[in-house]
Amino acid sequence: MSKRWVFDEDRCKGCGLCVQACPEEIILFSDRLNRSGYRMPEITAQDDCISCGFCARVCPDVAIEIYRPDGGRKTENSRDGGR
Amino acid sequence: MKAVYEKPKSLTDVVTHYCPGCTHGVAHRLVAEVIDDLKLEDRAVGIASVGCSVFAYDYFEVDFQQAAHGRAPAVATGIKRVHPDSVVFTYQGDGDLASIGAAEIVHAAMRGENITVVFINNAIYGMTGGQMAPTTLVGQKASTSPAGRDPDHSGSPIRVCEMLSTLPGVAYLARVSCHDARGIMSAKRSIGKAFQTQLDGEGFALVEILSNCPTNWGMSPVESLEWVKEHMVRYYPLGEFCTPGEGE
Amino acid sequence: MSDLQLFKGNEAVGEAAVRAGCRHFFGYPITPQNELPEYMSWRLPEVGGVFLQAESEVAAINMVYGAGGAGAKAMTSSSSPGISLKQEGISFLAGAEIPGVIVNMVRGGPGLGGIQPAQSDYFQATRGGGHGDYRTVVLGPASLQELVDMTYEAFQIADRYRNPVMVVGDGVMGQMMEPVVFPDMAEVTDPPDWATTGKRGRDNFNLINSLYLDPEELWEHNRKLNDKYRQMTEKEVRWETRATDDADFAFVAYGTTARIVQKAVEQMREDGHAVGLVRPQTLWPFPQEPFDELSDRVDGFRTVEMSLGQMVEDVRLAVQGRVPVQFYGTTGGVMPDYRDIISAMEEMMRKVGGRR
Repeated sequence: MSKRWVFDEDRCKGCGLCVQACPEEIILFSDRLNRSGYRMPEITAQDDCISCGFCARVCPDVAIEIYRPDGGRKTENSRDGGR
Repeated sequence: MKAVYEKPKSLTDVVTHYCPGCTHGVAHRLVAEVIDDLKLEDRAVGIASVGCSVFAYDYFEVDFQQAAHGRAPAVATGIKRVHPDSVVFTYQGDGDLASIGAAEIVHAAMRGENITVVFINNAIYGMTGGQMAPTTLVGQKASTSPAGRDPDHSGSPIRVCEMLSTLPGVAYLARVSCHDARGIMSAKRSIGKAFQTQLDGEGFALVEILSNCPTNWGMSPVESLEWVKEHMVRYYPLGEFCTPGEGE
Repeated sequence: MSDLQLFKGNEAVGEAAVRAGCRHFFGYPITPQNELPEYMSWRLPEVGGVFLQAESEVAAINMVYGAGGAGAKAMTSSSSPGISLKQEGISFLAGAEIPGVIVNMVRGGPGLGGIQPAQSDYFQATRGGGHGDYRTVVLGPASLQELVDMTYEAFQIADRYRNPVMVVGDGVMGQMMEPVVFPDMAEVTDPPDWATTGKRGRDNFNLINSLYLDPEELWEHNRKLNDKYRQMTEKEVRWETRATDDADFAFVAYGTTARIVQKAVEQMREDGHAVGLVRPQTLWPFPQEPFDELSDRVDGFRTVEMSLGQMVEDVRLAVQGRVPVQFYGTTGGVMPDYRDIISAMEEMMRKVGGRR
């Protein structure tokens, strides 16, 4: 299965708002730094992601894109999907 | 896989100059999403103001003019009066709009200028290093109010939406907040309405977005959003102040 | 060409602008130029244009910035205190390379000064006026026909260089009536390809901007602007000379004052004095050539202005010390009397004359 949570690490500034926003608490800070020296978040369990998009919505740097498997679990934001 | 959330087409690939956690980036993305949703990329003309958002023109895939400090509504007026079929929006901070540009915003609103204003209120001058803004809260420390804003000395902060809501030319006025995902969704809806108001020729539309400034507030990004929620929303109540049709 | 028509100066500016293709005017009331925005308020809607009374001179010039950036031939007008307020926008027009026409019907200063005619904004007009290294072409008409022709041309010059152009008159120019012939109505052209019209199918987006944070880029930008100013200096400079061929002394004057000096020259010629007049028509670029030519032939220049001595500095720079340059002037509202001008010249002739 391809990823629900797609992260563009070069755009990330390590602010941590996605970590705070994740209702499943599966986004955590990693030990890795990106090329700008920012500490990056990582998703600890892709399979547990519910594609709610909260992390992407709060990300000021458009570093996260969210996907949902066709016919996958609907979330309250799914009406915004598929644009 | 279906996309739930992708980078809007109307944003360039340029990584913004904003500090980590600054919600300017969120507001940019919401404006770009609305431009995409309403298919405005060929008609939109933005006006960047002076302050942190001065480089807005680097981040949107639409025509832009950079304006002198506070003058964005006058510049927008000039553009809109030349090309009434274009969709003209300004993107202004609180120093720009509520202080040096107070006359321009009031009179653009008074004329019912058919433009859309995206107003970022983060209660401080960000670009110049954290000086007191007209929107700085009472007691809030800033580099030019080191003991906290004293209302006896500097007055009390301006509530822009409430002030403009008395003007008959105003068609849409809303205050939203970017402090959490739910607030961001609501902000998107309001920005969408503010652009739709212009498309419908209803008149002046403004969305005030309560935002953060972790750097100059001396807070972490997470703490700063908590501060928006706890302090700013209390003084600057959220909601719609005018909707098209009701001000006639 | 149309027929001769009797027009008031301020209204003649308005009609000339309309003929030049101007369809957007933004202004704010101030004496003595009010007839111009008043004229535009009914005339522009007749030709499908827009007149808008702004909340201030600051807003008006920034509306010109927006409209000019969007590709329109846009204009604003004011008088001295209002022109001071417009300087921010004029600097931005120059920096962002937006064409625009600004009319200043000069009144006495400093501060509120007075509402009577003056020429005391010469420094402000010819030195850029606002912040930064920039210039505007400054046209100084001395008759209503010239006011009409220069207003018309101001739009062409502004478009040619993507730079603001200023037309400098005064209360006399604005209020007096003279017969004029207007140029034919120019076609309103499509916005240029750099204008912020919305992309409308373009692949790239257009940007109107004067911010260059990288010092090297700013230098590059200023070099580019400076090349334009050099071209303006070569191609746009204009002047007129009267009775200078055999002159021993020459007056220098522009605008309304030049009309009075013309009278003084005629009178002095009748009295047997070999005097002439150099009349700069562009105040910037300032004409160097007539001073190079005359400095070898005349014994001195007498500059006459309705100020306490502003253009005289440019005359001295142009003459470069080759012959004496003296000044005679009055301030706002006090029109120089031609007899006083004659006396001033006679005094100079007595002191300097016979040198050769």
